Amino acid sequence: MITYEFLVASAIGVLVAGGIFLALRARTFQVVLGLTLFSYAVNLFLFASGRLVTGRPAIWDKAVTDYTDPLPQALVLTAIVITFGMTAFVVILALRSFLETGSDHVDGASVPCDAQDGLADGEETRL
Amino acid sequence: MAIALTLVTLALLPFVAALAIALTHGAPRVVHSGIAGAASAVGLALLASLAAPALTGPVPTASWQWVPALGLDLTLMIDPLGFLFALLILGIGLLVIVFAHFYLYPTEDTGRFFASLMLFQGAMLGIVIAGNVLLLLVFWEMTSLASFLLIGFWQHKAEARQGARMALAITGGGGLALIGGMVLLGIAAGSFDLATILARGAVVQASPLYPAILGLILVGCFTKSAQFPFHFWLPHAMAAPTPVSAYLHSATMVKAGVFLLARLWPVLAGTEAYTTIVTTTGLATMLLGAGVALFRHDLKSILAYSTISQLGMLVMLLGFSLEAAAMAAVLHILNHAAFKAALFMSAGIVEHETGTRDIRRLGGLAKAMPITALVATLAAASMAGLPPLGGFISKELMLYQTPKLALLGLPWLLPVLATIGASFSVAYSLRFALHLFFGQPREAEPYARAHDPSPGMWGGPALLTVIAVLLGIVPMTLAGPLVGAATGAVTGNAPPLVELALWHGLNLALALSLVAVVAGMLLVGVHRPLLARWERARLPDAKRMFESAMTFAETWARKAIVATHTPSLQTMLLASFSVIVLLILEGAAAGGGAFTGTRPGLPANAPAIIAWVLLIAATAAVVNDSRNRLRVLIYISVIGLVISLAFAVLSAPDLALTQISVEVVTILLLLLALNLLPKAPPLLSGAARKWRDGALAVTGGVLIGGLSWAMMTRDPGTSIAAYHLANSKPGGGGTNVVNVILVDFRAFDTFGEIIVLGIAGLGIFALLDTAAVGAAGARLRAWRADMALSPERHPMMLVAASRIVLPLTLAVGIYLFLRGHNQPGGGFIAALVVAIAFLVQYLAAGYDWSDARRRFGEHSLIAWGVLAALATGLGAVALGAPFLTSWFDYFSLPLIGKFELASAMAFDIGVFLTVVGAVMLALAQLSHVSQRAARAHAAAQAGEDAA
Repeated sequence: MITYEFLVASAIGVLVAGGIFLALRARTFQVVLGLTLFSYAVNLFLFASGRLVTGRPAIWDKAVTDYTDPLPQALVLTAIVITFGMTAFVVILALRSFLETGSDHVDGASVPCDAQDGLADGEETRL
Repeated sequence: MAIALTLVTLALLPFVAALAIALTHGAPRVVHSGIAGAASAVGLALLASLAAPALTGPVPTASWQWVPALGLDLTLMIDPLGFLFALLILGIGLLVIVFAHFYLYPTEDTGRFFASLMLFQGAMLGIVIAGNVLLLLVFWEMTSLASFLLIGFWQHKAEARQGARMALAITGGGGLALIGGMVLLGIAAGSFDLATILARGAVVQASPLYPAILGLILVGCFTKSAQFPFHFWLPHAMAAPTPVSAYLHSATMVKAGVFLLARLWPVLAGTEAYTTIVTTTGLATMLLGAGVALFRHDLKSILAYSTISQLGMLVMLLGFSLEAAAMAAVLHILNHAAFKAALFMSAGIVEHETGTRDIRRLGGLAKAMPITALVATLAAASMAGLPPLGGFISKELMLYQTPKLALLGLPWLLPVLATIGASFSVAYSLRFALHLFFGQPREAEPYARAHDPSPGMWGGPALLTVIAVLLGIVPMTLAGPLVGAATGAVTGNAPPLVELALWHGLNLALALSLVAVVAGMLLVGVHRPLLARWERARLPDAKRMFESAMTFAETWARKAIVATHTPSLQTMLLASFSVIVLLILEGAAAGGGAFTGTRPGLPANAPAIIAWVLLIAATAAVVNDSRNRLRVLIYISVIGLVISLAFAVLSAPDLALTQISVEVVTILLLLLALNLLPKAPPLLSGAARKWRDGALAVTGGVLIGGLSWAMMTRDPGTSIAAYHLANSKPGGGGTNVVNVILVDFRAFDTFGEIIVLGIAGLGIFALLDTAAVGAAGARLRAWRADMALSPERHPMMLVAASRIVLPLTLAVGIYLFLRGHNQPGGGFIAALVVAIAFLVQYLAAGYDWSDARRRFGEHSLIAWGVLAALATGLGAVALGAPFLTSWFDYFSLPLIGKFELASAMAFDIGVFLTVVGAVMLALAQLSHVSQRAARAHAAAQAGEDAA
């Protein structure tokens, strides 16, 4: 039987793997994508710490006895908004760094790339 | 209550004055010195009003809780010892301020000078009236900082900067040791309250922490009071303006260490370790300072080394751990403050009127400046310990005590060494007076300029000298009760019987005193050959040693940084991720237990599985296709959509709404950024690196996925959810528990979060607004759209639709906001929806059209939002409830019916405004920059065409 727990856990794992891989890339935009994937995973994980339930409200009602845990939801809600703030800041930082140095390498243009990454030397900066 | 008010006013007055001076920065110097002088005079009056209770008890105390969890209370108390020091700080402070007014030239930055001086006065006063050791530490650090500013006042001089830095390094470093010592002391005594600690001396001395406490506190005291081997910063601090030297380096700051030794006497003194260390250090410092002082040529340097020597004597006396020695120390503190401040100011006068401080170029000044000569000579005589001056009495008392302590088991050693020290004191004091004011002028030019200054300048030193004289002639009338009470405060016992007089009969002390005077005169007599020998000797240079130590530390710090830190983000992230992976592996290995818990799973239905497949596929596509940046954004939005749906299914409607609106905003942001970033850059990583990163990524993914699985298949521990659910309606007035948590239970968190969001928005604005200049500006102007643009920049259909949708979207936003307290919605979600409504206008009709119709600035939205949230919180405080407590009630109106009003709604308005402001600021600015680049390009194009 496939459970929601399995789906969410595996989704978190896949998002983390993608996030780590992209965060280790050399281009700022890829790192931003990696951070985005990572944030999805972290928010899901925090949410899951309240355990998964379906069809139960977080709205108080006299007639209801079983609720979902509202606290992780509240924490994740602000986390989502803060994630946006962080992503926006990193994107703009990347953009400014690109405008200043002419390269969108994470370490700026001044960092020489080693032989393995040798493609950067011959690259012509395009805007 | 009146006493508490007086104490607080006394403590705050200098800081208020410093602030007032800083605010009137451009005003003439008389305003600055006037404020400083008035504050000191008022402070003295307040102090005088506390004199009776301070000296006879009960000790005036005022206390408020500050951080009770740390034992940090705002306790002020003024016992006789604190009173004595406060008197010196305010009294000499007032004289120094008057002196400085005349000493500084009107063109100098007197605002900065007097503001720093008052800051220092406040910090110093804080040290002596603090009733909590943690509070004392705060003021202690503040004196180091203020003295740094004052020593370095003449910033253009290299020696001032170096002297200031050295003083900060030594006294600040000692301050760190002191923090450690005081915290340990508080732990050992079980309280940070000073009065409690002082009453628990036996407990502390029996504690195993005592050696560490003693060592650390002594390092703090010895650095501050320039004791050997930390003495060398004091002569270099003489680069300060002379009034600063007179204030900090005679009467106050350097005495802070002595004060603390005296303050903690009942706790620390009496043990063998204490007696040995403190007495020996003091004695060594006294001998060293006195010896060096004899061979210096700069007037201030002579006085600096003499100060080191005198401080050594005070420390030695406190080291004896005898009541009578403590009394001698208290008396000498008073004497030293009087004569040394007078001497420093006299040296300042000489420098001011002759243009030099080099004693080798001066001489015979008594004829040219008789008043200064009289003042300085009497003060020097008191420093020498000659009768009938105050210095004589305290030196007698000191010599009288020396035989009582057998140093190294030799009863004669201490009297002999102390007499040698006293001889040198006589010698350097006599030399100071004789070579400066008597005999023949050594150089014509400084002598020709010399004359007495205005009374404003010599008035202060003259007054101090009169006090120094009276302390010798009528010591009991002037100082008897104060010295007695202060000694009692030092020892923690009843005030001893005080008998101060010039004549104590024929005894050993008198004989030693006589020896010292004769020997001192002889030393001055043979000064020339001694000096020649001194100058031939190769002596260690403390400054050079300090500098090489600093260089050594810097070199190794840099090496350590280079060894552990590379400037490559990829390397650092790789290291961080590897460590995290290892930590999880280690935790998994150590944890044991089954991988899968016993909590029954929720069966997933077919749509859920399809959505899951979509998410996995989209993630894979993002990774695989990450160089085709536009397409990647589509994959990202698929992931966001699936997650929003997951929230909706898993009983979190608020999260689903938030996620989907954030998703829209994020994609818009990335689109706008991509417009300016390269869209499909070439590959950078080689295959080997990809395999390595891939392996790490898969390991991390498996581990964290496994962790999530292990967590979700177990039941949670006791949750605090029940509390939130039970109190949401009766306590917070709302049924949407998620929203009530945000705006009520954990509103302080939310408050912090919207501030962070506002700061992020402002940071983005700063980054983009300054991008128009320099290299970034040039690249922006050279920007080319690298995709074919639609000939119709603003499609009519889109523009028309977006304008129709705008009021509808706004209505949805308002609806979400209003129902948020009871149904899914609230400030965050409403703000995102409203922001999207506006952003769509920018998207459809362009930046210029939309910006021209903007009614309010994003900056002010952020500011008003934070202020609204803050005001809500403070409103609760004003009504006597804790910060951000919410209030609600139900009302009814005709037609509308019953409705609720809650203060949490005002808070939610703050959230709403800030989020709208931050989101709009980020995206609108970004589109503005692109527009600017496009326009610059179009203009250049038009110019080319015309040419």
